[in-house]
Order: sequence, then C-alpha cells, then structure tokens
Amino acid sequence: MTDTAQGNLQSMFARAREQGRCALLPYLTAGIPDADASVEIFAAMAQAGADGFEVGIPYADPLMDGPVIMAAGEAALDHGITVDIALDVIARVVDRTGKPVLAMTYVNPVLRHGIDAFFEKASDAGASGVIIADLPVNEAEPFLAAAAAVGIGLVLFAAPTTDDARLDAVIASEPVFVYAVAEVGVTGERTSASDNIAGLAARIRSRSDVPIVFGVGISTPEQVALAAPHGDGVIVGTAVVRRVLDAVSGAEAADEVGRFVRELSIAARGHRT
Amino acid sequence: MRLEQPDGRGRFGAYGGAFAPETLMPALAELESAFVDAWADPAFHRDLERLLTTYVGRPTPVYHAERLSEELGLHLYLKREDLAHTGAHKINNTIAQVLLTTRMGKPRVIAETGAGQHGVATATACALFGLDCVVYMGEKDIERQALNVYRMRLLGAEVIPVTSGAGTLKDAVSAALRDWVASVGDTHYVIGSVVGPHPFPWMVREFQKVIGEELRNQLDGSPGSPTPDIIVAPVGGGSNAMGIFYPYAGDEGVRLVGVEAAGFGIRTGKHGASLGEGSPGVLHGAMTYLLQDRHGQVLEAHSISAGLDYPGVGPEHAYFKDEGLVEYASVTDDDAVVAFHRLSRTEGIIPALESAHGLAWIVEHAAELSGATVVLNLSGRGDKDVQQVAAMYD
Repeated sequence: MTDTAQGNLQSMFARAREQGRCALLPYLTAGIPDADASVEIFAAMAQAGADGFEVGIPYADPLMDGPVIMAAGEAALDHGITVDIALDVIARVVDRTGKPVLAMTYVNPVLRHGIDAFFEKASDAGASGVIIADLPVNEAEPFLAAAAAVGIGLVLFAAPTTDDARLDAVIASEPVFVYAVAEVGVTGERTSASDNIAGLAARIRSRSDVPIVFGVGISTPEQVALAAPHGDGVIVGTAVVRRVLDAVSGAEAADEVGRFVRELSIAARGHRT
Repeated sequence: MRLEQPDGRGRFGAYGGAFAPETLMPALAELESAFVDAWADPAFHRDLERLLTTYVGRPTPVYHAERLSEELGLHLYLKREDLAHTGAHKINNTIAQVLLTTRMGKPRVIAETGAGQHGVATATACALFGLDCVVYMGEKDIERQALNVYRMRLLGAEVIPVTSGAGTLKDAVSAALRDWVASVGDTHYVIGSVVGPHPFPWMVREFQKVIGEELRNQLDGSPGSPTPDIIVAPVGGGSNAMGIFYPYAGDEGVRLVGVEAAGFGIRTGKHGASLGEGSPGVLHGAMTYLLQDRHGQVLEAHSISAGLDYPGVGPEHAYFKDEGLVEYASVTDDDAVVAFHRLSRTEGIIPALESAHGLAWIVEHAAELSGATVVLNLSGRGDKDVQQVAAMYD
C-alpha cells in the first residue's frame, strides 16, 4: 500500500506531464472547521479537479506560515485536532478521493513522535509523502532515511535565495519532489505574480528531472496559469484556507472552495481565465 | 567539556543546529561567515571595544554587597550589568550585532523583545548607527513593560504588537522570524539571547562572554578580590548566564547555578523551567530543552518576569546541563518578588525581576553556602518592573 501511495503521486506527475499541464495541489489544514467537514471539503476539491492534496497538521509555532494558515492551525488545535486525528483525516481523504496526499508539518511534532514512528504512521494513513516546513536539507538525513524505510517521499525545498551548492545538495538527496518557494516570505496571498518562478524552475531543471511544485504566494487562477508552464505542480494554500475560515458552515465552505478549485484547475491546464 | 565553538552542523553535542525554512538558510550561512570574518578581525574588536568602553560603560563593576552578605552569612558580590548603558547586559550583544550589520551592509534591523530590555538595547544601537529598527513584542508584555515600549519609540524604533499565542516572548521571536523570512535580503535579525538557529547561539555567547572574562580579572584572588566559589545567574533564553558562565565552565572549584522561573510553582505547570522540567525538541530553529506536550506542541511558559517567560532555552545550556557543567534550579514568582524588595531595601539596588530570581536562589540556599564567595549576575536594573510590582501590592 505504501508503494502505491508514493506511486500514486508519481503517476499524478506523469499524467500531468503527458497532458501538458501542471498538477493542482490545494492545501487545507486538517480539522477545520472540524474533522468531518474538512474531509467533505477535500472531497469537493477532488470533484472540482484537484489532482492531489497537501494536508496541514496543525502546529502552534508555524514559522513558515502567514496569519491565515496560523489562524487555521490555532483554530484546529483549539478543537483538539492532534497529530493522530490529522493523520486520520488524511487516511479518510485518501480513501474518499483516491488522490495522492502530502502530510505537512513542522520538525518538533515529528521528533516528539520519533522520526521513524511518525513516518510509519504517515505511511499507514496512506500519505504519499511528508513536507516539513522547517527542515532544511542539511538536517534532513534521518528524515530521508525514515521516509525511505516506509516507502514514502520526503519533500525538500528550494527558495529564490537558495544558492547553487544548496540546490545541488537538495537534488542529491532525491526528494520525491522539490517544493519551489515562489516568494521570499511566509505563506500568504500576494496581489502580484512572482517573478522568481521561471528562474528557479530553470535552475532546478538544469540539474534534474525531479518534479517541481510551486508554492507560497500563489493564490489566484492568474498566478496558477503563470506558474503552470514552469513546473509539475502548484500548491494553493492560503486562498483555500481563507475561504474555509470565512464560510459560515462546512457545507458552504465545500461549495465555495469547490468553485474556486474549479477555476484553479482550469488555470492549471494553461487556459487563462 | 566546554566547546570553543559548535561543530560543523552548528551543534553543541546533541543540541543546536539550524531548523529553519530554506528561505533563511543562505542568510544564516552569510551571517556565520560575516561573524567569523569580523571576529578574526582586529579592527572589528577595536571598534567594539571602543564602544563597550566609552558608550556602554564597560567594564561593569563588581560590588561587594556587604549588608546583605552579613545578613546571609556569606560573601555576596554583584556583577553590575544593571549599570551598563540601557540598564542590562543586553547591550553587549546588540552593539556587536549592529556593528556586524553595518559590516554586512544591511540597512534594516529587526528584533524581538520580552521584558523590553533587548528591544531598548537594539533600538539604542540602531539609533547610534542610523539603522531602521523594528521590534516585535507580545501584547501581554507591552502591557506589563509600558516604560520600555516608550523608550524604544523614543529611540526611533517601531514597536509591533504580537497578538498570536500568549502574546509573550515566544510569539515575539516567531513573529520576528516570519518577518525575516520575507525581508532577509536587506534585514538582519538581532536575536536577543543565545537561542535560535546556528550561528546565533554561538555568536551571542561570544558577544556576552565579556561578562565572565571581566569577572575573572575583577575577582582574581588578590587581597579583597576572592575568586568565586559559586556564580549564580537567571536563565530565560540564557544570554546573561551564558556570558558569565562560559569563561568558568569546567573550572575546578567554581559551582555554576542557572536559575529558571518556577512561576506559580513547578507543580502548577505554570512556569518557565525548560531545563528543569522540559524535554528535547526543536523551537525557533534549534534543538534544545523545551516545554511541550506529548504531541510536540510547544507550551506557553509563565513567569512574573517577562524575560524568563519563555518555553525554550539556549542550546548550549542544554549541552551544559547534560554535561553537568552547570546546575539548573528554579525560583517562584513570589520568592523572586521578595528578593526584589530585599535587595532594594538592603543595598539600595532595585534589580530586574529576572536577576531577583538569582538572588532568591541564593537566599534560599544561604545556610548551605555559609562563608562562601557568591557572585550574582545582576543582569539588569528593575526600573522597568517597578510599576508591575507596585500593582501587585497597592
């Protein structure tokens, strides 16, 4: 099952490449507005054309996240969403949608579980890979080993500030994909399009055929369309989370986010809306 | 054994390292090489020493507190960091880091502050060098340290309230790090303690160790200057303690005691005793002891002293604890307030509540320390705390 989970992610990228488009991976914090409703929202996003998901495990000190995702994490923690409950949400999303799911977290909860134990749990939940926002490549070794042991992927980052030596190290670690940070800053919506995307993609591509997924500061169909030609995938987080936080009910959130993801999905095909 | 510097991964034994978003990693590498370069440059040391002497007022005196010594039955000496410019040891670090910032050519500085002393010291150094300065401060701390907020603004700094979490030091550090992720091109983060990702804990220790180096010269065993039997310092993030302990760490015959905040009492769970009660984990970019729940969520600390109200601690302290180089103890809010009053009444010195924790430990252990030469790092003055203490009793 674990091989299938990572394979599922790889076939998602392969399919997107064949179709000449980029995969759309919306992000949502697990457990907002509550565990059941968040599963429904993921299902609505799958229906609307999402290719896979990044599911946030709520954390109290999210250094890479802006105010919206921070607020979502705090709300989820207030509702008692633990790592185990978040992993259960992931399992239900995998079952329900059949799409590849990445579990997103920070270093400390993983250490607290034990690195190996955490990756085993993530694998048992059916996650295709794990994203750890404050894990740079130079501290990644035990995490890469734990991921390999259970046959799921670890994602590593490349930022516009990343120099060539660090980029070489990221590529050499063979991450399941490179999370290409489109904006210098924390997660959040930006009004203008990033001008880092083409350059960063070219620097990665000149080194490797590893899948490239853009995230941070990509929040509109226009921004997705601009990123799409340069990568294998794009993550839209804050714009989704904000719609869920603003909705008065889980059902309204699922409708609203479904509509939004449909627009994003069209944009990921390269059609400008 | 004390380490000259962390290993190639920025570790002191198992602790330290750099767990930070990739966006920041190149800036941390740039900072490390700028620091290594500056610290090997006699011109940097000349500039820094001139400022420490003529602007900060170093060396700070060592004062023999005779009345209190007599009451306690020991020889109490105070290392008077409260007499440094801006009223605390924090300025040792900020002058040096801001000097380094100008060397790196960055025009903007950000900082976090708990009690406000580090914010004031950073704002002061930025005023001196003409740099833009933004200080993140938890809204709860803004409330209890109103005087320091006004001082920072007077010095030209922008104070940004942090409303996330408990609105204390942990949240201020997180907010500053988030700013830095976005502003890293033109901004240096002047972190206020021996915490954060490598190279900060090492660099800040190097900038603070002047405290202990001076003490060695001041209490050198000559007549009237007995060498210390025991050195006591408060520990929040741990920069004043690291500054006074490091030059003595591993010395035979000198006992080192770091005093954390026991807050309402260890058993209440409302405290800041990361070393005493915490467990290893990663907070603010470093592996260290921290207060966390079984799921790995970092807990909110509690202390009457904003500077000790922090659920983590510098990674080199974690290393010192495991190596047995320093003992770590804790003192409650109530005992610290009693000590705050006692030093004021007996010696005419109003200590910072942080430093009062150190004194409270000495008072509590006076019988066992009978006749010993005891040095307290009087890390800061208590003007900032007067309003808060007055509100408790009036």
